[in-house]
Amino acid sequence: MANPAFPRPDMPGPQPVAAAKVGSEAAERTPLLRTSGGEAGDRVFQSAITACGLAVLGVLVLIVYELVARSSLSWHAFGFKFFATSDWDPVNEQFGALPFIYGTLVSSLVALVIAVPLSVGVAVFTTEMCPKQLRGPISFLVELLAAIPSIIYGLWAFFVLVPLLSNSVEPFLAKTLGWTGLFSGPSYGIGMLAAGSILAIMIIPIISSITREVMMVVPQHQREAALALGATRWEMIRVGVLRNARAGIVGGIILGLGRALGETMAVTMVIGNRPEIAKSLFAPGHTMASVLATEFSEATGDTYLSALVEIGLALFLVTIIVNALARLMVWTVTRGQPARGNA
Amino acid sequence: MPETAATVVVPPISLRRRITDQVMTGLAVLTVILVLAPLVAIFGYLVFKGVGSLNWSFLTQTPKPVGEVGGGMANAIAGSLMILGIASIIGVPFGIGAGIYLAEFGRNQLGSIIRFTADVLNGVPSIVIGIVGYAIVVLYQHHFSALAGGVALAIMMVPTICRTTEEMLLLVPQALREAAYGLGVPRWRTTLSIVLRTATSGVITGIMLAFARIAGETAPLLFTTLGNQFWNLRYDQPTAALPLQIYVYANSPYEDWHRQAWAGSFILILLIVTSIAAVRYVVRRGSFGAA
Repeated sequence: MANPAFPRPDMPGPQPVAAAKVGSEAAERTPLLRTSGGEAGDRVFQSAITACGLAVLGVLVLIVYELVARSSLSWHAFGFKFFATSDWDPVNEQFGALPFIYGTLVSSLVALVIAVPLSVGVAVFTTEMCPKQLRGPISFLVELLAAIPSIIYGLWAFFVLVPLLSNSVEPFLAKTLGWTGLFSGPSYGIGMLAAGSILAIMIIPIISSITREVMMVVPQHQREAALALGATRWEMIRVGVLRNARAGIVGGIILGLGRALGETMAVTMVIGNRPEIAKSLFAPGHTMASVLATEFSEATGDTYLSALVEIGLALFLVTIIVNALARLMVWTVTRGQPARGNA
Repeated sequence: MPETAATVVVPPISLRRRITDQVMTGLAVLTVILVLAPLVAIFGYLVFKGVGSLNWSFLTQTPKPVGEVGGGMANAIAGSLMILGIASIIGVPFGIGAGIYLAEFGRNQLGSIIRFTADVLNGVPSIVIGIVGYAIVVLYQHHFSALAGGVALAIMMVPTICRTTEEMLLLVPQALREAAYGLGVPRWRTTLSIVLRTATSGVITGIMLAFARIAGETAPLLFTTLGNQFWNLRYDQPTAALPLQIYVYANSPYEDWHRQAWAGSFILILLIVTSIAAVRYVVRRGSFGAA
């Protein structure tokens, strides 16, 4: 019904005509209309809402600005050498971030090595193998892992996982794989391996949910075609599903990597917090996030603080790049556009 | 039809392929067990150790001096609620506002930029957000405060709420908006009273998910609220928070504090599970029924 009280010339269709009133004008107006301010209200509303949107942009700019501005002291003092030297000596104001970069990379890699096969296995089971009634509960339980806060993972790892590692897993690894040099030295439990293991548990829900998502996007006829050619179920999964979902699965893995790189509390509690580069995974280490967690609030001196902020800036940039890459890869699979040509 | 199928000679599947198939199925089942084992173990320990250590004084007293047995985390629970409250007061309106912008006005380049920004913000490590909270609040106030922690957590809430709000608003049928315009209702009134109202349960879901995400966050609080052994309910003072207290107690050498760390974790997970359960309840009541 055209409302003569409120002409809207910018709208398509028949325009309201002020004629042929039935009752009094006041009776026709709804309470909703009476309390609305009209065009002025619209303008105010749109600017307020746009301001909220711009605030999101502003926050990111603010983060970048604060990180860059507050790390400039360290940047001017050490330059690129900051990322290539490994002395971390707050007393003599010598700072090199290499041990932290190393620790972050190694702990995340250990996490990926453990988490990727497990997550892909869970995704394969829930989408292709398990009975329909089990599908919901299992994925719900796996995603419940994502709801547990980092600090509780840390607490559990510190009191349960670390003793388990030091008493049984690490001695076993030292005996069987000690010759590689990766599993040697005293098994305290606390160290790179513990950090990698707890990170693995934390990133499994991310990787497996993305993997499941991209596997479900694979068209059903791919599966049927493989089965019709006489493939067994596993061959169908390998050729028909996994190969087609490849790019998306890699995207999910990178997304998990992004989470592992920035993870703080659980790692801080079990990695040992020593800025050393050791080949053995039993040795304690330090990550970029854990050094911030342990040293930031007691950092004395401007250079020290600035060096820590620079580590934060590096961590920020790396996670952004990793996340953007991952989203791009998942997107290529889930939004049509087959990212394959040779499969 | 077996009659026609009989003419087709299907070569038997070799033993090797059949065994591979069985082994792979077995491995997939094994991965599920391996992944669910830590979940069961973590919840088991939380309930076993947490409930065992929970008592009345834990919920009503402040921490005892170092080394003394007893005391509780009442101040930390209150502090956590205060910090989460501050974060929600700041984060929820901005998040919903930004979500409305993206859904109703964001079909342009600026909208895409903001959408991408929100996704980027979502991936920023929480410890980095902590540095920003320190830089923009603590350095100006010249001391640690609950406000700084609240601001840091609000920054973490905004992208989640923003993107879920957008998704939920886009689910509202276009016809509903057109009907409102047709009645002469101005756009702002349409958005708030019709579109947002219709999508309320979805928007609440987003808020609760964001809340569950920040409730257990520790890293952004380390150098913003700092922690406190005593009662504090002022927004501009260092404040105890449940996750911080768990961290400090777990790192201490005292058996009694370890016990309390478990109890604190149990309370924390209870808070988070409750908000997730609330989400599921809201979702099940029917997403867009009330329209």
